[in-house]
Amino acid sequence: MPLLVLQRLASTIPVLLIVAVIVFLMLRVSGDPAAILAGDTATSEQIEAVRQAFGFDRPIWEQFLGWIGQVLQGDLGESLFTGLPVTTLIAQRIEPTLMLALTTIVFSVAVAVPLGVLAAWRSGTWIDRAVMVFAVLGFSVPVFVLGYGFMYFFSIQLRLLPVQGYTSPFTDFGAFLKGIILPTLTLSCIYIALIARITRASVLETLNEDYIRTARAKGQIERIVLFRHALRNAAVPIVTVIGLGVALLIGGVVVTESVFNIPGLGRLVVDAITRRDYPIIQGLILFFALIYVVLNLIIDLAYTLLDPRIRY
Amino acid sequence: MTAVLDKIAEGAIPPGDAPTPAPGAPVSGLAGTLKRYPLAALAALVLALIAFGALFAPLVGTTDPTALDPANRLQGASAAHWLGTDHLGRDIWSRLVYGARVSVVVGLAVAALAVVIGLVIGLFTGFIRWLDPIVMRVMDGLMAIPGILLAIALVSVSGASILTVIAAIVVPEVPRVVRLVRSVVLSVREEPYVEAAVSVGTPLPKLLWRHVLPNCVPPLIVQATYVAASAMLTEAILSFLGAGTPPIVPSWGNMVAEGRLLFQIAPMNLLYPGIALAITILAVNILGDALRDRLDPKLAKRVGQR
Repeated sequence: MPLLVLQRLASTIPVLLIVAVIVFLMLRVSGDPAAILAGDTATSEQIEAVRQAFGFDRPIWEQFLGWIGQVLQGDLGESLFTGLPVTTLIAQRIEPTLMLALTTIVFSVAVAVPLGVLAAWRSGTWIDRAVMVFAVLGFSVPVFVLGYGFMYFFSIQLRLLPVQGYTSPFTDFGAFLKGIILPTLTLSCIYIALIARITRASVLETLNEDYIRTARAKGQIERIVLFRHALRNAAVPIVTVIGLGVALLIGGVVVTESVFNIPGLGRLVVDAITRRDYPIIQGLILFFALIYVVLNLIIDLAYTLLDPRIRY
Repeated sequence: MTAVLDKIAEGAIPPGDAPTPAPGAPVSGLAGTLKRYPLAALAALVLALIAFGALFAPLVGTTDPTALDPANRLQGASAAHWLGTDHLGRDIWSRLVYGARVSVVVGLAVAALAVVIGLVIGLFTGFIRWLDPIVMRVMDGLMAIPGILLAIALVSVSGASILTVIAAIVVPEVPRVVRLVRSVVLSVREEPYVEAAVSVGTPLPKLLWRHVLPNCVPPLIVQATYVAASAMLTEAILSFLGAGTPPIVPSWGNMVAEGRLLFQIAPMNLLYPGIALAITILAVNILGDALRDRLDPKLAKRVGQR
């Protein structure tokens, strides 16, 4: 087992390396990186100075090795605008994003899994159809439309919740909860649609198995048949999708933080775009890709816990 | 975004004996399909209307979508301005109709480009064994970067224009098409007729064109609709975040971005383009689901719809 864990770990290295190459090349294939970094109004001397300072005049493989060496030591470069290290900026901004991601994942799983089981259990009825309609809707309504829709209804019309902003749970937990409700609802919709759909499909398949018939024949309570027999055996694809769906979540976080004015990593990206602060954009792409790959690796390894039939 | 789901579902659910309702009597042609899926027929009608409006934008009660009229800003709906005016006095209905052009062009262009590029890469990687691991690792790497972030980064290094936006959205969509085509190729490769073609010395390009490509077409048509929906969504998000089409262009994403400033005073300025976008994407997704049921029953079974 430990050997196989190591093997899985090693298998993520080529993927991460390719992500690094893509991020590295992005600034270089689209023209002169020195001119891009120096900005639109730079003179040719300024561009030349940037070229010297960043080493763009060296051979490209030398630049890559130097850059990757820094990245491996945890140095993602410095912001062009504030001069602060990108890692420091990430550390400053990570809390709101982490909180929003956690509340969204917990809420989505808590809603979507029972919904999917219900739809599979009552497949073909109006309940099933309602869940599937919601799933298509969840995929079609853009995150910002949902966000502003919720804001319009709950904050402006009903005045129940704050319009925008973020409060840390460590300073005022009540205010944190109030502020996080709408962003969580907004971000959850697409994730719930995704998980509910896969839960329904997966449970529908296991409900056809012999052991389900056996469990029902011996008079097992239906709730236990559904959740202990069917759902447990359907768990692997569901958990896989929860992990893969994090990619959707990361894209959604950027937009949601923008809508609700939450000072997290998503806002850091958006601010970096307007200021053309490329080191931040590059650093955050690497950071998010790393999180995504590691998370899915952990889920991969967790299969053995969920399903004893799978062995590494 | 449903494309993501399908991609995920494809690998995630082990093939089993899922109960599928009988496919029913074979229906032929577009008319038959529409009759069997009334919701899809409605979606097609909605899309036809949007396409018509986009194509004949000057003829559907619009004025110049960029004409400023500060004296008449933030007006409600009237005979002169069907949906009122925005914070610069521009006619919202006109901007909405002209904005459809951007969404339609981006959706179609991205779908076409992603499918063609993905098809070519997928066909060759599926058949050339030494190429396969290399290309697939690159695709894994691309898929590990959240699509919106990748597109943002690509636009921000190459400058904002409709062409760069299209290119930036195509890049994250290609890996999904490649994986789809490759999975079809890998299953077709073992078929007796392909073996026979190989054994009589059919050259690779002809083999791919004649025997493999036709198998890829139905799932690709389905995939193309999802790519189009996802592309329109991404374009709007990019514009919304300020990394999309230049602010001068009336696009739905830009309208939403502009509507944010005065959202508390004039919420409808933001909600109109938002709703237009939601309806369009919903219609494309519904059409895609119906096409999938019709053209690709195996995938429909795996995703668990119908």
